[in-house]
Amino acid sequence: MAAFLLDPLQSEIGRRALLEVVLLGAVCGPLAFWIVSERLSYATESLAHGLLPGVVIASLAGAPLLLGASGGVLVGAGLIALAARDERIGSETATGVVVTGMLGLGALLALAPAAPQRLEELLFGDPLGVADSDLIAAAVLVVAGGAALLALHRLLVATVLDPAGASALGLRPALVRLALLGLVAAAVAVAVQGLGNLLVLAVLIAPAVAVRRHARTVSGAMLGAGVLAVVGGVAGICASFEFGSAAGASVALALALAALGGAWLPAHRGQ
Amino acid sequence: MTAAVHVDGLEAGYGGRPVLREVSFGLEAGRTLCVLGPNGGGKTTLFRALVDELPPLAGSVHVAARPAYVAQTERTRLDFPVSALDVALMGSLPRGRWWLPARQADREAALAALGRVGLREQAGVRFGELSGGQRQRVLLARALVQDAPVLLLDEPLAGVDPASGERISSLFGELRDEGRALLVSTHDVESARRFDLVLCLNARQVAFGPPAEVLDRPTLEATYGSELIVLDDEGPTRAIAIQHHEH
Repeated sequence: MAAFLLDPLQSEIGRRALLEVVLLGAVCGPLAFWIVSERLSYATESLAHGLLPGVVIASLAGAPLLLGASGGVLVGAGLIALAARDERIGSETATGVVVTGMLGLGALLALAPAAPQRLEELLFGDPLGVADSDLIAAAVLVVAGGAALLALHRLLVATVLDPAGASALGLRPALVRLALLGLVAAAVAVAVQGLGNLLVLAVLIAPAVAVRRHARTVSGAMLGAGVLAVVGGVAGICASFEFGSAAGASVALALALAALGGAWLPAHRGQ
Repeated sequence: MTAAVHVDGLEAGYGGRPVLREVSFGLEAGRTLCVLGPNGGGKTTLFRALVDELPPLAGSVHVAARPAYVAQTERTRLDFPVSALDVALMGSLPRGRWWLPARQADREAALAALGRVGLREQAGVRFGELSGGQRQRVLLARALVQDAPVLLLDEPLAGVDPASGERISSLFGELRDEGRALLVSTHDVESARRFDLVLCLNARQVAFGPPAEVLDRPTLEATYGSELIVLDDEGPTRAIAIQHHEH
């Protein structure tokens, strides 16, 4: 057991991978609670997939991937917001069309003869290959994202409980939602470096699914989701060292198992 | 007396299509108004126009200050882990400082408001675990914490248990005595008699005035149409409106 935990610590690659998943888990876990509570899971998945063309273009141009991811997430979010406004189609269908289009465009670019090899890495991530810049981006996300979650806390609670009541209080539920989406977009753009385009969703949803039915308070749920995201990330990295499995996929699988366990356990009953 | 609420020739609706027309009335501070009407009659539309959620298609709406608005409770999320106190505390958000944790004074105001609706003991209970009537009272407490001069309550007595209904009704008088203007929508014709003024809506304004003048059979029939059952033709008209609930 000790070897299982200590193995990754013995190499520089392992230590960096652990640091990356700990940082991402600490901020993405609490954020996941809001994503699931505000029913933004689908929007989050859409953002993650929608940024693929941006990342591929950055990779082709030799620009920092974070820049490409940020640009991609902005364009993707803008297109989704535009398409979702059309009530004739319905926001889910519109999002589906935009996201499939973006994913297709990204794959097309990545598979072009001139493209570098890395489509697989962009899709599935590689926590073992994180650069210093990725770690710095994750640390900035922890500080800035954490501060934003603290500052928005009361507005988020009021908006999620009932948007109509929140607007009667003079709040702007649409703005609060937009701020949350902005945070999600930032988290996706940063986390996608380590966990990849497809697997990033695990850290942004699974921790909340695992703790949601068992928490008595919002803060408790956020804290629990954060701890679980960190533990799941570390377990995934350790497992990948132990079994030689792909690190990103191992992290995603560990988090998904935690979600399954949390959903399975009987819910906490009140007084 | 200053007009707390003044509505003149209001036409309101959704997507440019009016669902409510020709509404003109005024309400002074320290007075209560009952808004009567069938489902789809425009009660909620009027309230949404008063809280500035729906811009008027025609006419004007003037409210002295931002009103406290208690919408119908079915819209709240019951699976969300917040306590009754957390919900009441939201009433202090309009006072600004939303980025900081609630102040001790706000917590005391929220606890006092829960006390006024008879739920101080339940302050720590999860909102979703309260009964429908208790949840309605918590939302009322949230409105009390806002300390607004004008309160709008949309069907606060619909589907609540008798104890909660009594508690809520007794608050109406207290709020009036504090000099607040109170607008309450209901489908209960009998309870309308306890208000200072009654406004009857059925896609347009049918009548407005003191209950003794307004609550007669022709007006109620014009308000409710076939949904009205008249119980007794002797003396003041006693009637029940059949309510078809839409969810």
